[in-house]
Amino acid sequence: MSSDHIYLDNLLDHYRNPRNYGEIKNPDFVIEDANLSCGDEVKFFVKFDKNKNVIEDIKFVSRSCAVCKASASILTELVKGKPISFVNSLTKKDVLNFFGGRIDPSREKCALLPLRALQSKTKAIEEDSHKNQKDLF
Amino acid sequence: MFDPNDIRHDFPILNVKVNGKPLIYFDNAATSQKPKQVIEAIENFYFLKNANVGRSIHTLAEEATELYFQSRKKVADFINATPEEVVFSSGTTESLNAIANVVAEKFLNPKDIVVTSILEHHSNLLPWVKVCKEKSCALKVVNANKNWTINIEKLEALLKEGAKVVSLTHVSNVLGTINPIKEVSKLVHSYDAILVVDAAQSVPHMPVDVKDLDCDFMAFGAHKMLGPMGTGVLYLKKRYADLIEPWNLGGGMIKSVKLLNEVPELSCCKVTYEDTPIRFEAGTPNVEGAVGLSAAIDYLSKLGMNSVLFHERQLVKYLLENLKGNSFEVYGPKDENSITGIVSFNLKGIHAHDVAYLLDKLAGIAVRSGHHCAQPLVNILGTVATVRASFYIYNTIEEINAFIEALKEVEKMLK
Repeated sequence: MSSDHIYLDNLLDHYRNPRNYGEIKNPDFVIEDANLSCGDEVKFFVKFDKNKNVIEDIKFVSRSCAVCKASASILTELVKGKPISFVNSLTKKDVLNFFGGRIDPSREKCALLPLRALQSKTKAIEEDSHKNQKDLF
Repeated sequence: MFDPNDIRHDFPILNVKVNGKPLIYFDNAATSQKPKQVIEAIENFYFLKNANVGRSIHTLAEEATELYFQSRKKVADFINATPEEVVFSSGTTESLNAIANVVAEKFLNPKDIVVTSILEHHSNLLPWVKVCKEKSCALKVVNANKNWTINIEKLEALLKEGAKVVSLTHVSNVLGTINPIKEVSKLVHSYDAILVVDAAQSVPHMPVDVKDLDCDFMAFGAHKMLGPMGTGVLYLKKRYADLIEPWNLGGGMIKSVKLLNEVPELSCCKVTYEDTPIRFEAGTPNVEGAVGLSAAIDYLSKLGMNSVLFHERQLVKYLLENLKGNSFEVYGPKDENSITGIVSFNLKGIHAHDVAYLLDKLAGIAVRSGHHCAQPLVNILGTVATVRASFYIYNTIEEINAFIEALKEVEKMLK
């Protein structure tokens, strides 16, 4: 079999046995996003420590292709227990590194959907907290 | 009947290796490959005949003009139209947009009803959404019946309500099902409505006779039928051609432009347009495209369109037999005689993109995955994406065998 593709062992492992898969009861927030054009849907459940600005717990469910599901699985492992500033510092390059540093252009948006979804919330939280700090002065 | 192995050598691209494997091209509903005969016709035009058409009087211009008109005649004969009824465009999409705009301008009034169907490609849905919004008309999307062709009863109910325009695909680009256009046109005309047909997926794959179908407007492209990209056809029935104003204006489409006053600053222009179809082709036309389409029609005509359809159905029949296992969900009719060479399916529990991606990487097989620019239809099928295998004249049973083997490999990997 040719190995010149992104379905490497790491991806297949996360696809077959996704980590942190499922729902959290009483999450602090739920984030849903989709690539409608290809039919990838991902939903995160997050327990969030407001005082420490830390993601205490995170789970996800998805109806998506293998690339998107594996990307979400890897992402949850990476951000669990981390401050949101860390989540917001993650870039496209970090996600591509999940898949050995390269990904076919046609599959990029599958891989990037989970991070885009998560950051849509974490970036908003960070901006709010900056605004609140300014308001204090 | 023809043997695909006798014509494969005409298609240089079929010798290409993809990911180390000989290309197996099952994405013909997206675009077909091109035979040498078409590529050479375009090359010959540029090597020997290139000049602008319908303008200059030098020899080369006369020859180019003659070629362009011969191409139009070829297209007209192929669909049993007259040359006056054949307008060249950039493709099906441009044709359908132009039709929607001119039909709306000329024939639609606020509160009128326009009918289309769930089976449409976005190209035959979005232009109508736009013009209906602009004209305050109601757009009604008719569902399919259980055979995945238009529900005639529902269509007739809307005609009874006074629908003015019906725009319908001839063949579904997702399921390959064939709408009974002849029956539809009788019905539509019995209510004095206008029938527009999207023939992008029919003209390349089966005999199409506009007189027999009796549609008022029709659109199709060259690139799905062995011809070049960027070339299409807008068929308009003569009586409509005479009623409609040109939608593009510019060079090459007028009889005269005259100032109404001797002082230009004070003047308006009086414009007299050329006759149809020239009046609808402003600007320098895509002559190479027309020439290429003409060569493509020669190629298809030699095979015969009934044979083309028969060949595709043999392949579909063989594939459907092999997709009967529990692993597959096949969408649409399972009878090859009610469809053209298109099969949409999923490997159960596996996303279509994963299947398409791995077919390509593991076996050099090109298929389409996704919603095929027909999102409403794919959603009604109960999914977000399908794998679509679509065949053409050069595809073989051996290729389908390789396809089946590759699908098993993909399933093993992702299950």
